[in-house]
Amino acid sequence: MKVAFQFADLQAFLWMDGHGPYVWACYAITLAGLALLVLEPRFQRKRFIKQQNLARRRAQGSNER
Amino acid sequence: MAWQWFHRLGSPKWFYEKTAAWLPWLGFISVTLILAGSIWGLAFGPAEAKQGNSARIIYIHVPTAVLAMAGYYVMAISGAIGLIWRMKLSFMVMKAAAPIGAVLTFLALFTGAVWGKPTWGAWWVWDGRITSMVVLFLLYLGIVALQGAYHNQDTADKVSSVLALVGMVNIPIIYKSVDWWYTLHQPATLKLTQKSSIDPSMGYPLLLMILAFYLFYAWVLLLRTRVEILRREQKTNWVQDIVAKG
Repeated sequence: MKVAFQFADLQAFLWMDGHGPYVWACYAITLAGLALLVLEPRFQRKRFIKQQNLARRRAQGSNER
Repeated sequence: MAWQWFHRLGSPKWFYEKTAAWLPWLGFISVTLILAGSIWGLAFGPAEAKQGNSARIIYIHVPTAVLAMAGYYVMAISGAIGLIWRMKLSFMVMKAAAPIGAVLTFLALFTGAVWGKPTWGAWWVWDGRITSMVVLFLLYLGIVALQGAYHNQDTADKVSSVLALVGMVNIPIIYKSVDWWYTLHQPATLKLTQKSSIDPSMGYPLLLMILAFYLFYAWVLLLRTRVEILRREQKTNWVQDIVAKG
């Protein structure tokens, strides 16, 4: 098993004998999908904590009145 | 005594606290392995003899498809545990697994279509494998929709668990589709019980990517389940403490 860089130069690596656009499109959309899976729960968590704090402040406000 | 771990595992608070320590590890290791496997597959693995460089799509197409199916088992079995033992936490895992599975199935279908164009000459064919993957995608979307359709969370959990279990018949169909309806999609090249028909120079980076995607799946499933725990346990003191800390 030989492991070596398979392309003559960077341009050949990006072009991939014409298959480049297909290959890179796949990797790009997968990166976007995986990033979405990681980031979305973080946003949801932030939103949840914000909402809870807002609700708590409102509840305290009505107690004081 | 033997059941103690089971009950503790079913406690959302225990689960939330325990998994906090795993997250950075799972994140770091899975991202590193995905990067390493991608670079290996894209730049250092050989081009395929007949398909050329388009075959480099295999390093993401197969792992997303494998996890789309494995994730369905996670979702359906969590739903079953919830139904049988009334374990709250496993319903939360089931709910968290649905959108992740939908994204992975979409990625498998998308990368398959883009791979199909230079290889088969067509973006899309309604062959057995692709059609059953579309059904999988619709099942995932169905669970997401059912979870949003009921005001009563308990009803939503039960109904979506039943749908998830019924939909499980689709998984062996996807798996065997390339053998039953031998059309355009190539049969499996990585095999557990026989000699694989893929060369090790492509097989190793592919195995690395599959392992990396399993770890990644565990990571994002935990992230999502933990948010769901906070939402459903929002009235408890321990969640309110977390909220107060920000």
